Amino acid sequence: MIILIPKRKFEVPVQAACISPDVFRSKDTAEIANLPVTEGNRNLKLGDLFEIQEDHLETPYITINGDAGKVKRIGQAMKTGEIVVNGDCGMHTGEKMAGGRITVNGNIGGWSGDDMKGGLIEVHGDAGDYLASPYRGTATGMKGGVIVVDGKVGSDVGCYLHGGVLKIAGGAGRFLGYHMSDGAILVDKDVDTRAGACMTGGKIVITGTIPEVMPTFTIDSVKPKVKIDDTQSVSGPFYVFLGDLAEHGTGKLFVNKANNPQLKTYEKYL
Amino acid sequence: MTELLIKNGFVFDPLNGINGEKMDIAIKNGKIVRKVSSKAEVIDATGLTVMPGGVDIHTHIAGGEVNTGRIIRPDDHVKDVERKTAMTRSGTGYSIPSTFTTGYRYSRMGYTTVMNPSMAPLEAKHTHEELNDIPLLDKATYPLLGDWWFVLENLAKGNIEECAKHVAWMLDITKGYAIKIVNPGGLESWGFGHNVHSIDDQVPNFCITPREIMCGLAKVNALLNLPHSIHLHTNNLGIPGNYTTTLDTMRALESVPYNGKPVCHITHLQFSSFAGDSWVHFQSASEEISNYINAHNHMTFDMGQIIFSETTTMTADGPFEFSLYELGGHNKWVNSDIETETSGGIIPIHYKKNSPVNSLQWSIGLELALLIKDPWKIMMTTDHPNAGPFFAYPRVLAWLYSKKAREITLKHCHKKAQKKSLLPTIDREMTLYELAIMTRAAQAKALGLPNKGQLGVGADADIAIYNINPEKLDIAQKFKTARKAFKHAAYTIKDGKIVVKDGEVVDNTTPGRTMWLDVQTKNPCVIDDEMRLKFKQYWTIEYDNYPVFDHYLKVPEKLTIKASV
Repeated sequence: MIILIPKRKFEVPVQAACISPDVFRSKDTAEIANLPVTEGNRNLKLGDLFEIQEDHLETPYITINGDAGKVKRIGQAMKTGEIVVNGDCGMHTGEKMAGGRITVNGNIGGWSGDDMKGGLIEVHGDAGDYLASPYRGTATGMKGGVIVVDGKVGSDVGCYLHGGVLKIAGGAGRFLGYHMSDGAILVDKDVDTRAGACMTGGKIVITGTIPEVMPTFTIDSVKPKVKIDDTQSVSGPFYVFLGDLAEHGTGKLFVNKANNPQLKTYEKYL
Repeated sequence: MTELLIKNGFVFDPLNGINGEKMDIAIKNGKIVRKVSSKAEVIDATGLTVMPGGVDIHTHIAGGEVNTGRIIRPDDHVKDVERKTAMTRSGTGYSIPSTFTTGYRYSRMGYTTVMNPSMAPLEAKHTHEELNDIPLLDKATYPLLGDWWFVLENLAKGNIEECAKHVAWMLDITKGYAIKIVNPGGLESWGFGHNVHSIDDQVPNFCITPREIMCGLAKVNALLNLPHSIHLHTNNLGIPGNYTTTLDTMRALESVPYNGKPVCHITHLQFSSFAGDSWVHFQSASEEISNYINAHNHMTFDMGQIIFSETTTMTADGPFEFSLYELGGHNKWVNSDIETETSGGIIPIHYKKNSPVNSLQWSIGLELALLIKDPWKIMMTTDHPNAGPFFAYPRVLAWLYSKKAREITLKHCHKKAQKKSLLPTIDREMTLYELAIMTRAAQAKALGLPNKGQLGVGADADIAIYNINPEKLDIAQKFKTARKAFKHAAYTIKDGKIVVKDGEVVDNTTPGRTMWLDVQTKNPCVIDDEMRLKFKQYWTIEYDNYPVFDHYLKVPEKLTIKASV
C-alpha cells in the first residue's frame, strides 16, 4: 500500500491524474515519486509535493492522509483497486473511472465522477457542482457505477446522466438530473428548483421537499414505493411525474407525498 | 535579398504543362525567376516531387459561424490539443481548429493559399480579424450576397448595372474577393420559416426566383470583370433527389454569355448530387451530373468529399441545417437569421461507415471526381469542416490515386452503400499531374490568381515539395507511403521562405496576405439618403460603422479590377 502525505498546503491547483492504482502498481516508491504532476503552471514530480510511504497491507491500495482539496483528477480512468482520502479531495476526482473504489473522508470538489463508467465513489462529506456530469459539450455523462454522498451536493448534479446510480443523503442544488437520459438519482433531503429539467429518461427520487415541479412535467400516478437499484427500495408514497415534455421525455420524477403538501393540487388531474 | 534554388526535383506544374520533368526552380525576393547567383541557398530535391503551393478554393476557416462552432464544441477541442513549441503557438483542433493551428496544419500539407467561402457582410470585421491571425497562408474571403436585400431589390427590377455597382461597393467595404451565393432565395425565405424547393419558386416579398438571382449575379460578375466566377451553393442542398435541381441550375446558367471563362463555380458538388425520393431510397446521381458536366464547359466544381469522422457542419444555409437537426436526433444546433443578409446554422455530425447514407455520400464524392473526365473542372475539397476536416486531404488524395485504397475503405462501408456504389466499376487512378491540377492549378485558374498555382517566371514563390519519387514509387500500390508524404510536406516555401521542413513549421515570421478586390466602376455606388435610411431601419449597425476599413487588414493585398460599368 502507498501512503501519500502532502508536504505543504497547496495554494494553486495541482493536476495529479497519475494518482491511480493502475499507474502505481508495479512501481516502487522511487518510480512513483518521479511521476509527473503540475502545480499551477509548473511541471513537478509527485515526490516534490507528497511524502510517499509504503507499508505491507494489501488494501486500500492508495491512501492520502491530509488536505488534497486542491489536487485534481485523483483516480482518473482507474479500473481496479481502491483509493482512500482522509481529508478533502479536489475537482474531477474519479474522472472516466471504469472500476475500483474511491472513498473520501471529507468533501469532494466539483465535476467529480465525470464521464464515469463503473466503480464506486463514496463521499463522507459534501460534493460540489456537476457531480457525475459529462465533459463540457458532450451529451452523455456518467454511464455506470455508483456514487454515494453522505452530505449535500451542489447544482447540476447528474446532468446528462446516462446510467449508474447517485445516492445523496443530504440536499441537492438546482437543476438536479438536468438533461439526464437514463440511470437513477436518489436524494434523501431537500432539493432546489428545476429538478429533472430537460430529462428524457431515467428516474429522480426525492424523499425530502421540493419547492415546485416544473410546468413541463405531468402527473402520472401515486405509488407506494420505488426501486432505486437491485439493493435498495424506498417507501413513499410518491407522486410520480413524467417529463420533461418540452423534450418529449419519458423520465420519471418521484416526489414524496407527505413532505410536499404544496403539490396536492396535482391530485385533481389524476 | 534572399535567393533560393530548388535543384533537380520532379516538377509538376500543370499551368505551364510541365509533367514530372527534372528541373531547377530559382527564387529571388519571393518570386520565381530565371536564375539566381551562386550565393543562393540550395535545396536538393533529388528524388522529390515539386509542386506549386496548394490552393484551397473552399474552406470555412474564419468568421462568425466558425467561431460559434468553436464555442459550442469544447468536446471537439479536448481530443486534439497542439502544444506550444519554440516556433509555433499552442492551439486546439479538431474539426474547427483555432486560427494559428489552421495555418500550421495547412502549411504542413504544402498549402499556401486558402479561400474562406462564406462571410456574412455584417461579420466581415470579425472574419478579417481571424484571417489576420492565420499565419503562413495567403487568404481571401467571399461575402454572401445572394440574399442581400439590395441585390434582390435591384435584380427584381431588372436593374443589372445598378446591382453591379452595389456589389462592387460591397466587395470594397467587406474586403471580399468573390460573390458567394448560398441557397439563393432560400435564406431570405428562412427568415419567415420557409425555404425554396426549386429554382423557380418565388422568394417571399421580393417577386424574384432563385433562377433570376443566380443568372443576375452571374451577369453582374461578368460586368465587373471579377477574377473568380460566382461561387454557388445550390438550392435543395443535402436533400435526396436534389440532382434535378442541380441540373436545372446548370442549364439555367447556360443563358449567361460564356466567353471561355467559367460563369459559375458550384461548390461541394457531392451534397448536390443525390438521387432517390427519401433517405431510405437514397441513391447516387453522380452519373447524371458527371455526364452533363463532361458535355459542358461553362462551370467549375469542387468535391466536398465526405471523411468518416466526427465533424461540425456550418453553413449559411439555415433551412438545411434545420433538416440536419431533425435528422440527426436533435443534437445541439445553432440557428440564426443575419438581418438583411443571410441566415446560418451549425450542427455537429458524425459521418459513419455503418450508415448507408454516409457511406454512399462518401462514394458519390469520389464517383464525381473520377467520372468527370477533365480534372480542371473538379477540384479537391472537403468543404472543411462540413464534410470533413481539411487535414484529411491526404486521405482523399489516396482514394483518388489508388483503386486499392478505395477498395479497402469500401469494404468497411455499409452493405447497402456497397451495392449502390459505382466505385467498383471505376478503374481510374489519378496521376501526380492530375492531382496537381485538382489541388492547386485548377483552383488558382478558377480563382483568377495568375501568380498562384504555377511555377512560371514571375509567379509567387509558393512551393510544396513532397517526399515522393515518381520514378521509384508506385503511388497506386503503396498508397500509404504517398499519403504520408502528402500529410507532411518535405518543404513548404511561402514567398520564397522555407516555412515547413520535414513536416514541421520552421518559420513564425510569415503572416500571409489577405487579398481583396478594389473594383473600379465608372460611376461608383452612391450612398444616398435612402440607403442610409434603410441602414437605420433594418440593420443593427449604422452605415458609418459598417465598412471594414483598410487598417483592419494586417497585410492587405489590394487587387484592382476595372469594371465594364
